Amino acid sequence: MKAMIDKELAVLHEELLIMGGLCEKAIKNATKALLEYDLSAINTTIYTEIEIAKKERDIEELCLQLLLKQHPVARDLRKISSTLKMLTDMDRIGRQARDIAEILLQTDLSRHIRNTHIKEIATASMKMVTGSIDAYGDNDLQACEAVIEEDNLVDELFNEMKKDIIEMVLADKTQIENGMYLLMIAKYYEKIADHATNIAHWVEFSNTGKYKGEDIS
Amino acid sequence: MENKLKFLIENVNLYYGDSHALKDINLSIEEKEITSFIGPSGCGKSTLIKSLNRLNDLIENCKITGTFLLDGINIYKDIDPNLLRKRVGMVFQKPNPFAMSIYDNIAYGPRTHGIKHKVDLDEIVEKSLKKSAIWEETKDRLKKSALSLSGGQQQRLCIARALAVSPEVVLMDEPTSALDPISTAKIEELVLELKKEYTIVIVTHSMQQAVRISDKTVFFLMGEVIESNKTTELFSRPKDSRTEDYITGRFG
Ligand SMILES: Nc1ncnc2c1ncn2[C@@H]1O[C@H](COP(=O)(O)OP(=O)(O)OP(=O)(O)O)[C@@H](O)[C@H]1O
Ligand SMILES: [Mg+2]
Repeated sequence: MKAMIDKELAVLHEELLIMGGLCEKAIKNATKALLEYDLSAINTTIYTEIEIAKKERDIEELCLQLLLKQHPVARDLRKISSTLKMLTDMDRIGRQARDIAEILLQTDLSRHIRNTHIKEIATASMKMVTGSIDAYGDNDLQACEAVIEEDNLVDELFNEMKKDIIEMVLADKTQIENGMYLLMIAKYYEKIADHATNIAHWVEFSNTGKYKGEDIS
Repeated sequence: MENKLKFLIENVNLYYGDSHALKDINLSIEEKEITSFIGPSGCGKSTLIKSLNRLNDLIENCKITGTFLLDGINIYKDIDPNLLRKRVGMVFQKPNPFAMSIYDNIAYGPRTHGIKHKVDLDEIVEKSLKKSAIWEETKDRLKKSALSLSGGQQQRLCIARALAVSPEVVLMDEPTSALDPISTAKIEELVLELKKEYTIVIVTHSMQQAVRISDKTVFFLMGEVIESNKTTELFSRPKDSRTEDYITGRFG
């Protein structure tokens, strides 16, 4: 028997995957704007964030409808509750990609790309977002572990960035403001990586019933 | 904290003639907990619950092997069935009050157990009706026929009738399946209240009801116990895929 709930959960899965794709698009464009000082990429990031926010509301509505109609239990309930959690994480990823883009509306940071770790941290957190969305799409628990592991690297890179920025402003005091902007951007990437890690944890929970290795109901 | 064991069911098999209705049942039921039995129609829930107070004795060619221990006493060997039924009461799916007054419905059981004085009976009637949350609705009409009550009220009366003989265990076979949502909610509230004093076993077709009220849930399939666990656990992380298929509505 193919239950009605299976069809509805399949739709939910697809929708969240689309939202995940939008997150990838947002962070990719924000990063392009940063590394190449591409103004049209700033625009694309902002419009993508607006799309993400709308998607979030639609999917949330879908979840609430499912809870109301199906009284889901066990894996169905985990699917829906983890979707609600991932929605928040994806929404934050979109929001922070937009924050990065909006900083770039204020200033051109392209001259600081080479002498800091900004490209590394941007690339690593982008990779984690893609990794977590793919892990979600394929229910791939190994891929989840890889994403969770990678978060340590991003944390290290953030520490490197702090050192880079201190050096940068000590060398040239006219760059203090840019140094602050750069630190904020690095922090946004670090947070984005945290949200990607959360997504990986929720994928694990949805599939196994364990969140960070613990049973939760 | 682990509760005390009330019922221990060991290696139980039950046959109706050639039909094997219960297969190797091993199960424990804790004191002052609510245990719910779930499973598709015909899987043996009623059969098992009835055998806990020996209602199967009345059925011809019903054969039972294995043991049922109530506080360590073998209920098929070492206790008189009438005494057993005083200790283990039963409430059925359809409210079945006797065609007599509300008062006499409650007083009937205590009377058969030798309580004759009116003051004693009055006290039992009032206490039982209060415990069953139907005192306010009936105190001014105790002499009226029980059949004049609504379905939901009749079911609470039947619970009061079961409580009147001070049982230790109350068995309920789909007690709310014939009731509207408000009466159902009242009975569920009542059952949760009764748990403080009684051990309760309830058969239900409503997963939500099992989740709402029971501590433990037992899932049956074709005469077998497939899974028995804490309710939150069974409904969050069922261990057997057949349990998962059933509770998530993908059965069949
Ligand atoms: N008196 C009887 N004589 C012969 N077979 C019976 C008798 N009572 C029940 N059975 C059979 O035993 C099996 C279990 O029945 P039981 O009434 O225990 O199921 P159940 O789980 O309570 O189902 P439902 O949810 O429909 O009430 C069924 O196959 C049923 O037909
Ligand atoms: Mg039955």
